[in-house]
Amino acid sequence: MIDARGLSCPMPVVMVQNEVKKSSPNELKVQVDSMVCVENITRYASSQKYDVEVANKDGEFELTLKKKK
Amino acid sequence: MLTVKLPRIKFLFISKGEEFMSKKINLWVLITGAVIGIAALVLTAFGNPANMGFCIACFLRDIAGATKMHTAPVVQYIRPEIIGLVLGSTILAVIRGEFKPKAGSSPATRFIIGAFVMIGALVFLGCPLRMVIRMGGGDLNAFVGLVGFALGILIGIFFLKKGFTLKRSYTVTLSEGMALPGIMIGLLVLLIAVPAIFTFSTEGPGSKHAPLVLSLLVALVVGALAQRSRICMVGGMRDAVMFKDFNLLAGFGVIFLVVLIGNIILGNFKGFSTYLQPISHASQLWNLLGMVLVGWGSVLLGGCPLRQLILAGEGNGDSAVTVLGMIVGAAFAHNFGLAGGAASLAEDGTYSAGGIGDAGKIAVAIGFGVLLIISIVNTLKQREAKKA
Repeated sequence: MIDARGLSCPMPVVMVQNEVKKSSPNELKVQVDSMVCVENITRYASSQKYDVEVANKDGEFELTLKKKK
Repeated sequence: MLTVKLPRIKFLFISKGEEFMSKKINLWVLITGAVIGIAALVLTAFGNPANMGFCIACFLRDIAGATKMHTAPVVQYIRPEIIGLVLGSTILAVIRGEFKPKAGSSPATRFIIGAFVMIGALVFLGCPLRMVIRMGGGDLNAFVGLVGFALGILIGIFFLKKGFTLKRSYTVTLSEGMALPGIMIGLLVLLIAVPAIFTFSTEGPGSKHAPLVLSLLVALVVGALAQRSRICMVGGMRDAVMFKDFNLLAGFGVIFLVVLIGNIILGNFKGFSTYLQPISHASQLWNLLGMVLVGWGSVLLGGCPLRQLILAGEGNGDSAVTVLGMIVGAAFAHNFGLAGGAASLAEDGTYSAGGIGDAGKIAVAIGFGVLLIISIVNTLKQREAKKA
């Protein structure tokens, strides 16, 4: 689980990028608190062949990245 | 999401086996870029200074002058464009449920970076947005600025990759979120009700402006679109280099093309040249170094001056304090003679290439020192935290 809440762009994407480069996980959960980050991470994730599910919890978002089969 | 598919083009940066990201460019970014380009041409046609339909740095500087924070007589005006950009963002953010008061991410550090970004911009004579507009006007000095801007962004990215962060922000109250929008509403009310309390230039760039209502309305539209598309001059190059994401860079390109084509159609375009460009100097080293300062600082802040206005409009108190830092930086720039002097042609035919004085050069050097300290300290702190 990456907690990127409150961080301004592009830090959340950098954190996801580091994790993906390091261990290329099959599944990765990321918490963010702005739509900008949701959009940016989604764009990055799909470029790395991940599917993204977004759950909205009281104005915060939990993204679940799953590697495409 | 509204997107268009663009043909796949190979760029220089593709390496490390990473998938080229931007097969999809957000259509809003292209629309926003086009509207900003047209708006800049319209505002100039209706009275704004040449190649200055928009300039966040110059306009904040004019506001600093109109409120007598500095007394340079040629750059004093309450620019309705700034008011419109912030409030346009606020209005659309509220409608879209994206107005969220947030703050607490190293505010004093942001204030200081904002001030030096402003000083760098005024040494060059324009924010990154005006740099693009100047490029579209055929000003080759701005292309030198672009090289500096790109170098500054690369320096900033170096620290981002090493772990630089100004730490997280937190949800705060409405009064914090409304700080900058509130100031803008206050300025607008005063500007309409009691304009005499402000000082307005009677000559020079500050005296040249489109009608208030036109400036305000155009900026409201641009502010809303910028909120929607997240357009950002520094974000474009940063994302392209870091993530192979060309989404925001496309907006940068569209502004340039629209302004260039518009200037050609309107007959303003006289070819590309460094000679006697409007509100521009040909002291190339300082065009370059001024924009290195802007690029580097903006990456640390997470967005260009335009983006800071838009984020502040969405309730971001950290961006609001950055904008206030920029206003103070502008006041310093003119009180201490740091800003660039434009090229000029005297009546007797003597040409001056313009440039900056010793104080400005020293200020840029100090700016590099300050950004370096901020970059290193906030990178090291992060690495130690990771180890623990």
